[in-house]
Amino acid sequence: MIATSRLALWIFGLLALVFLLAPVLLILPLSFSAGSFLYYPLPGLSFRWYADFWTSGFWLPALWNSLRLGTVAALLAGVLGTLAAFGLWRGNFPGQRLVMAVLLAPMVVPVVIVAVALLLAFGPLGLTNSFLGLVLGHAALGAPFVLVTVLAALQQFDAVQLRAAAACGASPLRAFLRVCLPQIMPGVAAGAIFAFATSLDEVVVTLFLAGPAQRTLPRQMFSGLNDSISLTIMAAAMVMVLLSALLLLAVTLLRRKR
Amino acid sequence: MSARWKAAALVAPLLLFLLAVFILPIGAFLLRAVQESDVAPVLPRTVSALAGWDGAGLPGNDAFAAVIEDLREARERDRAAGGGEIARASARLNADWPGFRSLLPMTARRVAQELEGAPREALAGISEDWATPEPWAAIRRAGGPVSDFNLLAVLDLKRDAAGHIAAAPPDQAIFRGILWRTLWIGALATLLCLAIGYPLAWLIATAPPRLVPWLLAGVLLPFWTSLIVRTAAWMVLLQREGVLNAALQALRLTSEPLPLLFNRGSVLLAMVHILLPFMVLPIYASLKALDWRLPRAARSLGASPLRAFLRVSLPLSLPGVGAGCLLVFIQALGFYVTPALLGGANDQMLPYFVAFYASRTVNWGMAAALSCLILLAVAVILAVYGKLIGFSRMRPA
Repeated sequence: MIATSRLALWIFGLLALVFLLAPVLLILPLSFSAGSFLYYPLPGLSFRWYADFWTSGFWLPALWNSLRLGTVAALLAGVLGTLAAFGLWRGNFPGQRLVMAVLLAPMVVPVVIVAVALLLAFGPLGLTNSFLGLVLGHAALGAPFVLVTVLAALQQFDAVQLRAAAACGASPLRAFLRVCLPQIMPGVAAGAIFAFATSLDEVVVTLFLAGPAQRTLPRQMFSGLNDSISLTIMAAAMVMVLLSALLLLAVTLLRRKR
Repeated sequence: MSARWKAAALVAPLLLFLLAVFILPIGAFLLRAVQESDVAPVLPRTVSALAGWDGAGLPGNDAFAAVIEDLREARERDRAAGGGEIARASARLNADWPGFRSLLPMTARRVAQELEGAPREALAGISEDWATPEPWAAIRRAGGPVSDFNLLAVLDLKRDAAGHIAAAPPDQAIFRGILWRTLWIGALATLLCLAIGYPLAWLIATAPPRLVPWLLAGVLLPFWTSLIVRTAAWMVLLQREGVLNAALQALRLTSEPLPLLFNRGSVLLAMVHILLPFMVLPIYASLKALDWRLPRAARSLGASPLRAFLRVSLPLSLPGVGAGCLLVFIQALGFYVTPALLGGANDQMLPYFVAFYASRTVNWGMAAALSCLILLAVAVILAVYGKLIGFSRMRPA
């Protein structure tokens, strides 16, 4: 009885994992097709769609934009989020619950509302069609992930060490930089990677704010999917999947370090 | 400076940053739901002339004279600045009373020439609509500075000429249906995720330790894969000339391609696929933290496996279930890209219409009012969650 229910659980669970993994795994090989159909069997294998990705005027710049944007937004979110997490962890100050609600709000507000609001607010400031405007928007969306991750890392950190550092004559800043930061660094890095991934995944804010010069890879894929799906999009999907896998690997290694 | 204030000073940069690029922009955007700024600048005298009108019958002669004077001046300003003041005002008024899109520009053109007779007869001569109360009531409602026109419109309500709230005409009453559709798709996606996610999380939490990283990787890899890639995958699988249709035909199961894409099913399938990890990970976290001696104790005391699950394990994992449902449902309410690409016209949810009003018709008021509706739904869900389960028990996955 128990053995059969256990077997049923395994079958169901493995089917669920197939459901999660198969769609993306099924379409990625299409990018190596020598033909231009979006189904199997492939007429032959080639790298022509990757060559297309590499040589076209917009795919490579879009990838470059995505990486640049993600890096700057993750740095900004990482610095602001780490400082705020340290502050929230250190002290009780008036209105802390409200502050926390504001800081985590970007996680629950639908991104389409953020996108339209930023379009309206940034327009008069000249921040639409600009790299800076996108950085600000993406950093706001990524900062809560840094905050949550660094707060979790700080739970493992023993506050007595800061007092010990102060007793040895270290200034609070020095104590933070030399004692606390090295220990929570894996959490900070993981948070920044989350923020980078958030930016790399983001379509809607980019859709509303970015001009042709700031098109990112997912934005380019979105317009491609809306138009007619070419196999170059599958090559772009492959690039995105490899990037995501790299980020997941980095976070997993950081977790292990902790 | 006390330690408290030092801690607050560390939080301040992020707080100010989010206030500047998140809270204030969204607040200013949502205010547009009640702001009326399109009509009053074009028809200032008309709006003040209508202030004393009771809404029954036609307004006084001064209102007719005011419209003529206002439109003459607005037309001059439009010509001088190359602006579209009249176009903006007529778009706003047209949303209230269909017919204004042509009535206002046409009247503005005609009153620029010499008019014969008194203002009342002259306007009635240009269009008989001016001899009915409806356009006047619409001008008064849009006179501003604030009105509940958009907020009522997204609830399929409207004020009549006398100012009483009534049901909107059937051809404009589409938003309640869209709200229910959004909530329904969100609830269905959440339930499906729970039905698939709980057993999967249970399997991972009870699997032999050396297999756990592999099973977890199977959840985390799609979790980290970009939403646009996963949406693209479903498009390529399901489209007419896609992987699935080609396979079905090759196996001679169907003779012609099935319409698998652009329907409710394809939207739900992709949404469940994208949101499932958000259900599995919190449930797994709470099952992993569960003290497995407790269900075993229940079993040794004679409870059946089902009873031990229902009375011990399930209640102990409820915080994870709650967190998963919260994450999935809130995100489902905000889904825009996936339904826009995979759904048909009848599968679009509230976020699609926010984007539609903001980009296609540039009707910020309606975009803002619909956003208020979504945020209200999110706030209700968060409040219910906070009441039932509480945020302090949420575990990071």
